[in-house]
Amino acid sequence: MAPAIETRDLTLHYGKIRALDAVTLEIPERRVTAFIGPSGCGKSTLLRCFNRMNDLIDGVRVSGSCRVSGEDILGSGLDVIALRKRVGMVFQKSNPFPRSIHGNIAYALGLHGIRERAAVDGAVERSLRSAALWDEVKDRLHESAMRLSGGQQQRLCIARAIAIQPRILLMDEPASALDPVATARIEELILELRREYTLVIVTHNMQQATRISDFTAFFYLGKLIEHGPSARVFTCPDRKETEDYVTGRFG
Amino acid sequence: MNSPEVPSAHGASGTASWPGHRRGHRARWPEWLAEKAIFAVSLSTLGLLLLILVFTAREMIPLLLGRTNSALIQEVIPAADLDRVPRETLRRHLGMGRAEFESMDRATLEAILKTREEALEEVPPSFRTDPDARVNTVSWRHLFLPHAWTGHDRPAYVWQPVGTIHKYNLVPLFVGSLKVTLVGLLMAVPLSLGAALFVSQLAPPWLREWIKPAIELLAGIPSVVLGVIALLVLAEALRRWLGYASPLNALVAGIALGWTAVPLIFSVAEDAFTAVPRSYSQAALALGASRWQAAWQIVLPAALPGVLAAVVLGFGRCMGETMVVLMVSGNASQLSWSLLDSTRSITATIAAEMAEAVSGGPHYQVLFLLGTLLFAVTFVTNLAGDWIIQRLKSRLGGTP
Repeated sequence: MAPAIETRDLTLHYGKIRALDAVTLEIPERRVTAFIGPSGCGKSTLLRCFNRMNDLIDGVRVSGSCRVSGEDILGSGLDVIALRKRVGMVFQKSNPFPRSIHGNIAYALGLHGIRERAAVDGAVERSLRSAALWDEVKDRLHESAMRLSGGQQQRLCIARAIAIQPRILLMDEPASALDPVATARIEELILELRREYTLVIVTHNMQQATRISDFTAFFYLGKLIEHGPSARVFTCPDRKETEDYVTGRFG
Repeated sequence: MNSPEVPSAHGASGTASWPGHRRGHRARWPEWLAEKAIFAVSLSTLGLLLLILVFTAREMIPLLLGRTNSALIQEVIPAADLDRVPRETLRRHLGMGRAEFESMDRATLEAILKTREEALEEVPPSFRTDPDARVNTVSWRHLFLPHAWTGHDRPAYVWQPVGTIHKYNLVPLFVGSLKVTLVGLLMAVPLSLGAALFVSQLAPPWLREWIKPAIELLAGIPSVVLGVIALLVLAEALRRWLGYASPLNALVAGIALGWTAVPLIFSVAEDAFTAVPRSYSQAALALGASRWQAAWQIVLPAALPGVLAAVVLGFGRCMGETMVVLMVSGNASQLSWSLLDSTRSITATIAAEMAEAVSGGPHYQVLFLLGTLLFAVTFVTNLAGDWIIQRLKSRLGGTP
């Protein structure tokens, strides 16, 4: 099976600081890949390469190659909007728009030309069901999304991201701001989504990574130290740094 | 205020001896003093506002109570009848308060009545038959409703505080102020909101560092300078371009007024846009929105309360601006909704006529009435704006 995302010698500088150092990595389709590593190791930066969100930061230089579904995404001629339609993203802090629950998802659909009422309503229901939020909000779709609880807001953000049917979903510490119950719901959801989407998740939580991921990549100081099936990375890692990190000796 | 005692280091709870003890929190006395001083200063602003209102309103109290009569020919009680008329009738006739009336002796009253008789005799013969001469031009009816003055073939709104019969209809001035303000806002609001959105959301950082201070510097230019530019350059350029008759009119004044309001609206709106969490635009971008779509469809609606506040402030600024309007509006107090007619605003009227109005006279009182009404209009607008902003905020924030 062709990898969903493939990087080769991907190096990224913020000004003079090297945030990623020759990362070569393959992310398989319809699996959950977790990025772990101490703060500032470049895992979020790498994640943001996959949908070109780093473009918004001044002074970013990238070299090497990065392919999504076989297509090079670092070229200047790339249609970023089309890329972001295929590669959705969920952020650490839930960020619903100050609109209704329905309006949040309808906005995402509208950006990609879906405005017909019946189609929008259908997609809203479908994505809320996929995000395991439908039963909780179906009677108040037109209330402000800001009234939802933190966990519900995060699930709404996931629903919004999957409403436009991406192939890949990037999640930057999606549960780090949530309480244990809400976290458990998000984790269940991730295991559900894994059937249809390729998921890449940045997390600081080792237990979470072991619970939900098929593959784990460990980063340290901008370098990819180790990458492999999660069971192996967490139980018998090849590298000393990985072992130290996953057993909590540093980081 | 009682002087604060320095609390002992072991100041036990329950024996709080000075006002710094409150809710289990013990302030050090310099902190307490500083806090109270700041509070007093902020309170004094409120007090100042109230004083301004009282000061302006006080001058128009006689007008408000209908004691002022500006008619050229008034009924007089002959000085000879002084003893025959009931004292209460006399007091009302002279428009005096009770205390003031009691303090007058007989000779003074007689002198006042005589002066009135003489004034009546001095009325030019041509006005003796003119019905206008008997009109109290500062009554509410004549301040707000049209009247068919001699020489006008139908009722008209006239502000004309010169000549023998002074006409004080306020409507042309209100229309003038609103007209000019509307043009100013139409000019300034899109321009400054656009600039603010660009600077806060779209511009690269180096450009932002230049544009923002440049626009805010505009606020430092005295409005008289803007007035001169409008007078010498803008008025003539517009006249040539549009080919209308009077070079000084509401359009020119409105555009110049827009310049003065831009920096204020810009900086308030820019703050509002910048205060919108970056996570909103990030979310929109990650969903495939362009930067423009994120700014226009997500950031702008989220910043709507702040934007509205900026517009309300801009309205107040435009209504209150005096110098620019005085210089380039043409100052003709005619009632007209046309932008190409010469026009006169409330503020320009006060500025131009205050010096020549007899202190305490009808004209003077009417000018103060104008000031108070201006104050009221701005106050009500701010209040309404605030109410709408609160509603918008609760709708956006989701708190019921």
